Amino acid sequence: MTCKKNNPAVRRYTIRLAVLMSAYVGLLIFSKLMFKHGYAHGVLAYGLALLPAFPIIGVVWAVMRLLVEQTDEYLRMLMVRQTLFATGFTLVITSVREWLQNFDLISSEDGGFGATFFWFVGLGIGGAINALLERRGRNAE
Amino acid sequence: MNNRLKVLRAERNWSQADLAERLDVSRQSVNAIETGKYDPSLPLAFRISDLFGLPIEDIFQRGE
Repeated sequence: MTCKKNNPAVRRYTIRLAVLMSAYVGLLIFSKLMFKHGYAHGVLAYGLALLPAFPIIGVVWAVMRLLVEQTDEYLRMLMVRQTLFATGFTLVITSVREWLQNFDLISSEDGGFGATFFWFVGLGIGGAINALLERRGRNAE
Repeated sequence: MNNRLKVLRAERNWSQADLAERLDVSRQSVNAIETGKYDPSLPLAFRISDLFGLPIEDIFQRGE
């Protein structure tokens, strides 16, 4: 996110992100080990498979909370632009992939790169665009 | 929308950071408003107006 580092909302977001990403790594390793050692059966298998998804959902929540908690209206506008870019980017990529899959031109597998992955990539690109436009604005001062 | 924020700030020898602190916004916000990249909301425009002790229309003017 293109924001001041000492901004309280950004500080809370950074802490949430660090906790959630640590949880993601831990839960992913745990689930993989459980499957590898044959402990995943029945309903438990579904629970274990979904475990790493929860922190990822949490990251989406953290981004939305940042939008709510950001009191600086200009920084909030930049974040809205960034998340809209990420959403548009995801829709474009997944639509293109879907239609290539519909006509059997590419594999129907996503190789683990689902919509959420592209949304986070889009968020990164959106942040870079914001930073670039901010730099150009400063140079124009 | 045009504005006289940069002039009013310069008259008081305030940096963008000084003005940002007085308005409780980021320096980026002040810069964006001054350069016309961003038009502030009405509540922020009133805060700016109160800070400089001027009516809003003396700070912000209609642009083309």
